[in-house]
Amino acid sequence: MQFKSMVVSNVEVSPGYFRMRMTAPKELEKTLPGQFLMLKVSESIDPLLRRPFGFFDVGVLPAEYAGGADQTYAEILFKVVGKGTKMLSTLHHGDLVDLLAPLGKPFNPGPGGEEKLLVGGGIGLAPLYYLAKELVAKGEKVRLFAGGRNRDDILCITEFERLGVETYVSTDDGTLGESGLVTEVLERHLAPGKRIFACGPTPMLRAVALMAERHQVPCQVSMEAYMACGVGACLGCVLPGAAHTEETPDYRCVCKDGPVFDSFELKWS
Amino acid sequence: MHRPDMTVELAGITLRNPVMTASGTFGYGAEFAEHLDLESIGALITKGLSLRPKAGNPTPRIVETPGGMLNAIGLQNVGIDAFITEKLPYLAKVNTPVIANLYGNTLEEYGEVASRLDALPGVAGVEVNISCPNVKQGGIVFGTDPAAAQEVVRLVRRNTKKPMIVKLSPNVTDVVVMAKACADAGADALSLINTLTGMAIDLDRRRPVLANVTGGLSGPAIKPVALRMVWQVARAVKLPLIGIGGIMNGRDALEFLLAGASAVQVGTASFLDPGAAQRIAAEMEQYLVDHKIAAVASLIGALEV
Repeated sequence: MQFKSMVVSNVEVSPGYFRMRMTAPKELEKTLPGQFLMLKVSESIDPLLRRPFGFFDVGVLPAEYAGGADQTYAEILFKVVGKGTKMLSTLHHGDLVDLLAPLGKPFNPGPGGEEKLLVGGGIGLAPLYYLAKELVAKGEKVRLFAGGRNRDDILCITEFERLGVETYVSTDDGTLGESGLVTEVLERHLAPGKRIFACGPTPMLRAVALMAERHQVPCQVSMEAYMACGVGACLGCVLPGAAHTEETPDYRCVCKDGPVFDSFELKWS
Repeated sequence: MHRPDMTVELAGITLRNPVMTASGTFGYGAEFAEHLDLESIGALITKGLSLRPKAGNPTPRIVETPGGMLNAIGLQNVGIDAFITEKLPYLAKVNTPVIANLYGNTLEEYGEVASRLDALPGVAGVEVNISCPNVKQGGIVFGTDPAAAQEVVRLVRRNTKKPMIVKLSPNVTDVVVMAKACADAGADALSLINTLTGMAIDLDRRRPVLANVTGGLSGPAIKPVALRMVWQVARAVKLPLIGIGGIMNGRDALEFLLAGASAVQVGTASFLDPGAAQRIAAEMEQYLVDHKIAAVASLIGALEV
């Protein structure tokens, strides 16, 4: 659905990273972890296109006074990378944005009782918080592996810890947590009977997907791509499927077939 | 006051209003059914169809530019067979004319696709793409040379009795020459413009942004060029025209009518607002109400110069 939404808060949680809360219609409470929204930051034609963001959180604020109405909200976590996100970072309480949501296929939480391993690289943590919240609510054991170049890329870790998620942090330069790649830490915890949910830069996702295959651990990845429409029409956001070749093309839309894929669905080489 | 008459006639097809969806921006229609009423628009134009399925170009395929976007999708489509079995049954239930956009990798394929479409009662007309800038065959080779364009148009004409629209490229020295060539070869209507060839460069990586290096520019940035070309062609050719290029609202659409278009196509606008085509038709009607204009057709070519 398409709707106008009011910015409730927009906070720089780490240098260059913002967490924004927006009002949302009640229907958005049905949003599933891994789904995304398309946000138009202004009515201007520059920037022209909407920007895709995974849901960092969806929830309900209880009425502030007796007889008041509960308010559904949605949150996104974003990194300032260009014109659109720069403008987004300047929005304040009371500003309006136009949203198209919820879009795309969600994470499949998998059967109960298995350990859920969440792997996030930098801003890739964004869709994992809402997932962690839902998994914890179901009573699942959740571990989070968060990686980044330095401490500034490790976002909202205390939020995860507050849910009761066991967190493992690693940075390339060792300024927070272990020094090294998030995949190295992850590999020590891989064993059959667990399930991986990953989001982050493509090289990290490739490493995680291949590692999951080696260890025979089911793995879902949430992919990012340039997209214009978010509804499967522009065909700008496609990725090659596992069986894709020049002669037998098999392209998948990140917006419609994803953004969450089973790792074996995609071509990694 | 009575509601204004929004209908227009286009090559024998009656449109409930002048707003059509541009090929390549509206999928096969069903993608947008939850975002707008498909029976609120004048006509629906499909993604460009070829004889066999087409994979399209490698990624990145799109990039935003000031006031517009570049795309190099590469005519990815399901192919005529899958269109007939998987897409058309849905569209047949929608009470809106469906116009199939077609292209061929070779001259012969244009004819073959046209003849396959000619047999389908659910298809009200065809739009021949001789102007895709992103693939070598199936487009621009035929769209920049008047003799080659005529050859394609004549061949499609022989293979279809349905109304035939020819979609023109702006990437030519003189669009009027191309328009006349297509008119002489038997086109029933012309749509213009397709995207303008452009490119974007990533300075830091010293590489083109698009995998295809170049792409087609669309969006509000190209509207002035499109208006000029519609106006030029309208003065030179008798055929009905369909204006395309950066239409974002009802006023934009009506400007194209003044310039000489009988109808318009909404493209890039549907990407940022999936309900754009319906909204634009409603905005056009509201303009007529506000200005006490009884029939939208009275604005066609009504520009005072």
